[in-house]
Amino acid sequence: MFTYLLRRICLLVFVLWGVSVLTFTLMYLLPGERARLVAIYRWGYDDLSAKELATLRREIGEDLPFPQQYAWWLGRVARGDLGYSFVTGRPVAAEILARVPATLELAVAAFFFAALTAVPLGIACARRPGSWWDNLLMTGSLIGVAMPNFWLGLLLILIFSLTLDLLPVAGSGGLAHLVLPAFTLGAGMAAVSTRLVRASLLEVLAQDYITMARTKGLGEGEVLWRHALRNALIPVFTVLGLQLNHLVGGTVIVENVFGRAGVGQLMVEAIASRDLPLLQGVVLFLAFCFAGVNLLVDISYTFLDPRIRYGGAKGNE
Amino acid sequence: MSLLVIRELSVDFPLPEGTVYALSGVSLELGEEERLALIGETGSGKSVLAGAILRLLPAQARVRGEIWYRGTNLLALSPEEMRRFRGSEIALVMQNPASALNPVLTGGYQVREAVLRRGRLAKRLAQGKVAELLARVGLPERAASSYPHQLSGGMQQRLLLSLGLALAPRLLIADEPTKGLDWSLRSQIVQLLQDITAGQRAFILITHDLAAARYLAERVAVLYAGQVVEYGLAEDLFSLPRHPYTRGLFASHPARGLKPIPGMAPVLTSLSRGCRFQPRCGQARPVCAREDPPFVEISEGYFVRCHRCFR
Repeated sequence: MFTYLLRRICLLVFVLWGVSVLTFTLMYLLPGERARLVAIYRWGYDDLSAKELATLRREIGEDLPFPQQYAWWLGRVARGDLGYSFVTGRPVAAEILARVPATLELAVAAFFFAALTAVPLGIACARRPGSWWDNLLMTGSLIGVAMPNFWLGLLLILIFSLTLDLLPVAGSGGLAHLVLPAFTLGAGMAAVSTRLVRASLLEVLAQDYITMARTKGLGEGEVLWRHALRNALIPVFTVLGLQLNHLVGGTVIVENVFGRAGVGQLMVEAIASRDLPLLQGVVLFLAFCFAGVNLLVDISYTFLDPRIRYGGAKGNE
Repeated sequence: MSLLVIRELSVDFPLPEGTVYALSGVSLELGEEERLALIGETGSGKSVLAGAILRLLPAQARVRGEIWYRGTNLLALSPEEMRRFRGSEIALVMQNPASALNPVLTGGYQVREAVLRRGRLAKRLAQGKVAELLARVGLPERAASSYPHQLSGGMQQRLLLSLGLALAPRLLIADEPTKGLDWSLRSQIVQLLQDITAGQRAFILITHDLAAARYLAERVAVLYAGQVVEYGLAEDLFSLPRHPYTRGLFASHPARGLKPIPGMAPVLTSLSRGCRFQPRCGQARPVCAREDPPFVEISEGYFVRCHRCFR
């Protein structure tokens, strides 16, 4: 178990390093001189003299060859210094951290909304496949999967905010501001997961060990909760983990639709204003979230599936 | 009085490709502490019979006839009433232990769960009972904390047997308990089955293993294509089999010359009139293709379904 964790964490570090190379290279390859961009934000103009330009280039490290630039940047990142935003001049790390709570709130709310609807609905469907509620929910979930979330978001604003005037249109704030974005972000995930819980549970209920549990005289409830569900949730966990990554990506869209001041919105702002250090920082941060989520999902497996926890060790007669 | 009386039991499965007639008119009796071996080739309906007794067949199965267990017709019970019989009165040890054990629960948990069916026990008491059961089937104590994938095939089979014994059932049904085990393990399991059944409980052994059947059972029923074709005391049946199918089955055994029965078992979706074994039978007469052979008691307690055997 411990070596498993250690191996996974080493892998995580390696993945992050790969991401850093990739993002840095992409930013480096972007056309335009960074020194001129800095100049515009600092002084409002970029027709610098050759000497001014050289000084500025040295200041932001643009005069160094690529490998050295990368090493210089990586060294600072390793110490937690992501550089300074061109636009505001504040540290990138502080800019990102200020936006994390809003995004985290949204992602967590969407995740719990999805998980807490998908599991019970999936169970209900799997217990009576072909029933009217099964057909209804499967059709509904198909629509849910197919609906793009920016469109769903706008639709919800139109209905609940503008027509019914029940919830605020946009902005961050209390619980009322969270309802529509969380629903928008979680709907697709809830739909996919409901289908998955249903399929997985149906497969498990057809296994021999379920019949065996019944031969012991266990009731249907015990068979479902103790024997079927834990096995059925293993593949559900895998996909929920993958979906969580989509969720991180989805926050970018949903935050912009609902005007929530989160990391996703920050990223779009950084792109719009060509704020390269900020963009680099946000991409690296999102990559870190992706990798971290995957690690957490893999660890949570080991609690569900002893075959992973204890490897393939076989006893001897 | 008999413990179990099966009368004219028929099971069929209506499937899109056609109805499968898995069992047709099976009648058997089992006394208290009597041990019966059900033998026959794959697809003859042996496991379906076990599933029918415990009422654990798939929902689409159509079951007709009567299964009387100590004066109760199991087929007439409500699902909840039937549940009470499972494990405590009649226990089934399924085939393929590797898939019949839940991969995410420890061996001890799966045994304890069966033990606790009879009502809550103090934790200490339940643990003692589990240890006792594991010892009974010859498993080391560590099997309680092991997951199924950590146990060998023989240990998995033992664990499955301990589940069956958890509530000391009056009737134990074991479905191919020696399948897929090597020779020495097989004899160990046969010995274990002898230890846990002889003189203690009624036992139905479903098997291809003729030697195990002969050793463990007092009575034998031979199934062919969903029908009992021969049924009687084991010593009579093994020393002088009457039905041509039983003779063919014995002759095909490796120890007796490995002579296969010609032809294939019939497809159970399209059954024609007459004896079901007739197309493969070397001694068939015109009457065999015309009329269904009746199930006739040719001597006291010995039944055969064959036109040749009583004309």
